[in-house]
Amino acid sequence: MSEQVLQVIEPDGAVNQKLSPPLPETELLEMYREMVLVRCFDERGLMTQRKGLIGFHLPSTGEEAAQIGSAHACLPNDWVFPHYRVPGVAMHRGVRIDDMVANLFGNVNDLAQGHQMPVHYSFKAQNFVSISSPIGTQIVQATGAAMAAKIKGDPNVVITYFGDGSTSSNDFHTGLNFAGVWKAPCVFFCTNNQWAISVPYAKQTGSETIAQKAKAYGMPGRRVDGNDVLAVWAATREAVERARSGGGPTLIEALSFRMGPHSSSDDPKRYREEKLCEEWRRKDPIDRFRLFLEHEKIWTKEQDEAVWERCRLEIQEAFTRQEKVALPALETMFENVYAEMPPSLREQMEEMRRLGVHSAQQGFFPL
Amino acid sequence: MPTVTLLQAVNLALKEEMRRDDRVVVLGEDVGRNGGVFRATEGLFDEFGGDRVIDTPLAESGIIGTAIGMALYGLRPVPEIQFLDFILPGFDQIVNEAAKFRYRSGGQYTVPMVIRSPYGGGIRGGHYHSQSTEAFFAHTAGLKVVIPSTPYDTKGLLLSAIRDGDPIMFLEPKRIYRSVKGEVPDGDYTVPIGKARIAREGKDVTIVAWGAMTTDSVKAAEEAEKKGISCEVIDLRTIYPYDEEAILTSVAKTGRLVVVHEAPRTGGFGAEISALVAEKAIEYLEGPIVRVTGFDTPFPYTLEHAYMPDAHRILNGIEKVVRF
Repeated sequence: MSEQVLQVIEPDGAVNQKLSPPLPETELLEMYREMVLVRCFDERGLMTQRKGLIGFHLPSTGEEAAQIGSAHACLPNDWVFPHYRVPGVAMHRGVRIDDMVANLFGNVNDLAQGHQMPVHYSFKAQNFVSISSPIGTQIVQATGAAMAAKIKGDPNVVITYFGDGSTSSNDFHTGLNFAGVWKAPCVFFCTNNQWAISVPYAKQTGSETIAQKAKAYGMPGRRVDGNDVLAVWAATREAVERARSGGGPTLIEALSFRMGPHSSSDDPKRYREEKLCEEWRRKDPIDRFRLFLEHEKIWTKEQDEAVWERCRLEIQEAFTRQEKVALPALETMFENVYAEMPPSLREQMEEMRRLGVHSAQQGFFPL
Repeated sequence: MPTVTLLQAVNLALKEEMRRDDRVVVLGEDVGRNGGVFRATEGLFDEFGGDRVIDTPLAESGIIGTAIGMALYGLRPVPEIQFLDFILPGFDQIVNEAAKFRYRSGGQYTVPMVIRSPYGGGIRGGHYHSQSTEAFFAHTAGLKVVIPSTPYDTKGLLLSAIRDGDPIMFLEPKRIYRSVKGEVPDGDYTVPIGKARIAREGKDVTIVAWGAMTTDSVKAAEEAEKKGISCEVIDLRTIYPYDEEAILTSVAKTGRLVVVHEAPRTGGFGAEISALVAEKAIEYLEGPIVRVTGFDTPFPYTLEHAYMPDAHRILNGIEKVVRF
């Protein structure tokens, strides 16, 4: 039943034994470390933007469980069509922190050649598809890729991530509609963090839940406590296995809360009350999982301090390294528009080379 | 060598390439069981089955968006948009996604996809079955825009397009789908993207045209010949990236330019060609550059025959540049 919210870990860290999935201790600890890494990455990203060293950052604070739990349910050969608020999925899949930070600086190490704004990552080696700013466009593309996997007879599943705002978009509707008709091996993972910049869930849709929209598209919908990493893992694993075995797509709604601003240019105090954040701070996904690990007697205070220290250091060192790296050369602006540069574009590049660049980077992105 | 129509050339290209390359997939509304409302995809469903010839739900953003996903994953999709007029719900996916995937990922992700669509007027279809919006796509870095005017070029260019690594708009001039016939070789051959064709050689006036307007421009040139004016007609074939050299070489020879397109005048692709020639060949020009185009109105129903440039109006343009 889609209205029932799946939960494995109680808020105080105790486990509902009947739902407890069988995960080895090493994987549980790895999940915890990755959530801490995401939290540290976002802290550093915002701080670096405030210092004026990068133009923009978009944090995923409070949504670490939704990212890490779901990422652990997928295989390396599965494809991810992300949105811009799931850095943890990239990290779990083996993307190097230095490559992510290089993208924030848009420096010569950036795999995207400084072509895009920060956090719009693209990591082909980890099947983490290029992110764009228009909302929801990845959803319908994910359906197509899943269909291609099915046509080719590959056992791969495609998972796509998006927020509650995206569910209002054309491409959410079209993507789920096509997937339902085609029985595409796709998992539609919606992190309902309840805010689309300043627009709350109640102004986004007249529907009581997002999960129930699945019915209209001919697929199962699942609501899950998005701040419970093990519930997220269980729900995603079920959906991934359904897709992989030919059972078609699933829509997952992971209930969470956007603890921070939409981005470094946003000030949530303008439109929402601090006490909402306080309520949700008590449901913090990292705290909850730490309590669970302590209950299970596989985690101590000393180990916890050590992992936070290591993660902060790892992130800090990556930022320090990438800050010193040069910006891309002028020619890169003209590269990768097409497989081969057309003569007219080459002419533009040559003219620019002769003229030289006489102005500097200015200003910051305002929203 | 067989003589076929433009439409049959489309069908031949698709059939042959689908046999040659099992990554090629066709999708769109009514393309499967029905063989396409213009019959462009006739026979493909029977030969290749529903996994490779897909009847989609009714959503252009879905046809294009899913095709993008397929191309990213390693197929070579050829989605069809039933009439170019209906492409607009898919415009975001074309402009913001397909055209930008290579650039925004630093070359990691590419979208080798051909969007086929019948365009242009002349079938009494009014506003929503007649638009020529090649300028919207020519203005988008990352896209290529190809418009054939002969059956030979249709098959050759479509094969080139399917094999190309970039997203391509392949616009088919529907008015001449069945009325223009030509010899088309059996088997594999390609026509290069980015190169124009001299449809008629001449020395007094250069006419640049594409699509169905090429045929009308040749007719106008024949009329002009009777008045002692020798016209060179260039069939542009690729709108972007376009063959600047062919245009400039011809204008250097003739000193006079007429550009012909069905699309509305203001901001039409003729303006781009005019600017190019004014910048790079002004020393050769003997008179102003004249554009013979559709009007700045939505495409009319009853007076369609008055809206679209015909041989008479093109001849008027030729005489204007000659008499200057």
